[in-house]
Amino acid sequence: MFTPRIIARLDVKGPNVIKGIHLEGLRVVGEPGDLARRYYEEGVDEILYMDTVASLYGRNNLLTIVEQAAREIFVPLTVGGGIRSIEDIIAVLRSGADKVAINTAAVANPEFIDSAAQVFGSQCIVISIEAKQREKDRWAVLTENGRESSGRDIVEWAAEVQRRGAGEILITSVDREGTKRGFDDDLFRAVRSCVDIPVIGAGGAGSADHVIQTLCLNEVDAVACAGIFHYEICSVRDLKNAIAATGIRVRPEAS
Amino acid sequence: MKVTVVDYGRGNLFSLGQALQTVGADVELIDQAVGIRNAGCIVLPGVGAFKDAMTGLCDRGLIDPLIDAAQRGTPLLGICVGCQMLLDVSYEFGEHEGLALISGAVEMLPLPRPEDTDLIRIPNVGWHEIEPALNNASANGLFIRSWMYFVHSYAPRPRNIEDLSATIAVNGQKVPVAVSRENIFGVQFHPEKSGTAGLELFRRFLSIADRMKKAV
Repeated sequence: MFTPRIIARLDVKGPNVIKGIHLEGLRVVGEPGDLARRYYEEGVDEILYMDTVASLYGRNNLLTIVEQAAREIFVPLTVGGGIRSIEDIIAVLRSGADKVAINTAAVANPEFIDSAAQVFGSQCIVISIEAKQREKDRWAVLTENGRESSGRDIVEWAAEVQRRGAGEILITSVDREGTKRGFDDDLFRAVRSCVDIPVIGAGGAGSADHVIQTLCLNEVDAVACAGIFHYEICSVRDLKNAIAATGIRVRPEAS
Repeated sequence: MKVTVVDYGRGNLFSLGQALQTVGADVELIDQAVGIRNAGCIVLPGVGAFKDAMTGLCDRGLIDPLIDAAQRGTPLLGICVGCQMLLDVSYEFGEHEGLALISGAVEMLPLPRPEDTDLIRIPNVGWHEIEPALNNASANGLFIRSWMYFVHSYAPRPRNIEDLSATIAVNGQKVPVAVSRENIFGVQFHPEKSGTAGLELFRRFLSIADRMKKAV
């Protein structure tokens, strides 16, 4: 039976988890290990670490954070930000990640998706797409954590990454990100309509009702939430209870 | 208790090792035949493609030692592709022979039908509540109703119903996700990624393996 996944997204900058609006104007909300452990104990289904400054090998680097998390957190860990080569993927997986999320490097060189999927299997390759609305039902693909426009259209790009072997798509609305105005369900529908692989919706959830509204539409297989958890608007446990109360199945906490 | 994890050069064994250690196992990674021959309890992991995983075992000369150990009664737990390899054959990208420790084949998951409102997309990525099968007694109570994490497009289909240990529902069909025969166990899901429920399964496996060792 279909059970949507509730993913906690932690945007990491140096040693901190940060949160902004439209991926900008960042503020520190906590420590990556503490937050991940709390969400895990509350029953989150997956953890997504996104390195906002792509400092894979910098000081306080993400690999150390992931390795620490993998010692005590036994749900899937996805890691993105600055992954540009097969060697980068090997390094991230060795540190204990299960999947990698790739955006900029895939847009710059789409063949990278094919080779990554061939080496590690599609199940390991999440393509992260950052979407900026241009007009009604049209979105452009951004790269560099929302800083650059790629000139590509969302729908064509989503279909292409599936064809090239992506295992999942993480779709983030840059317009909604950090606004707490709710997910962009039109965007999710547009992506859903052109791919069969699992789609993770992200960007804009400000309440349990927002998450429920999106899950009821049945366009996405998972949702990634950040601010709603970081600012303690709603705990993972409370969110799951609220979803379950509507009749949608979720994995019970500490099951 | 010492647990020998077979390392045949595919995939990441970090989380698996951590999870086993968390429930009290003394984990050793082994990539040579001699390590398998001396093992008291074996975990056979696996990610990626079936054929590639069998090639990884073959290149290191591990196929015969694994079969011998299993037939001698060494407790063995296969995970994901490691579970699939316990069977005779897989139909993933062609037709490939497995270890043939449990009779049956690895088959693709049922695809969603247009009429399915509650459809599961393939690959099946996510959590399912596993339903223990009637043979659970023969699997020593290893499997209980619990939520486990899956990432797969194929699943093991044992030929004999008594080797079936647990199922999930996928697109209108019951799909086998756990198999067992005497000292040989296989799970299609990832206990090391299934939170407390997964750790508890490992804990039960270790205690079953311990009892089996004492009985030998």
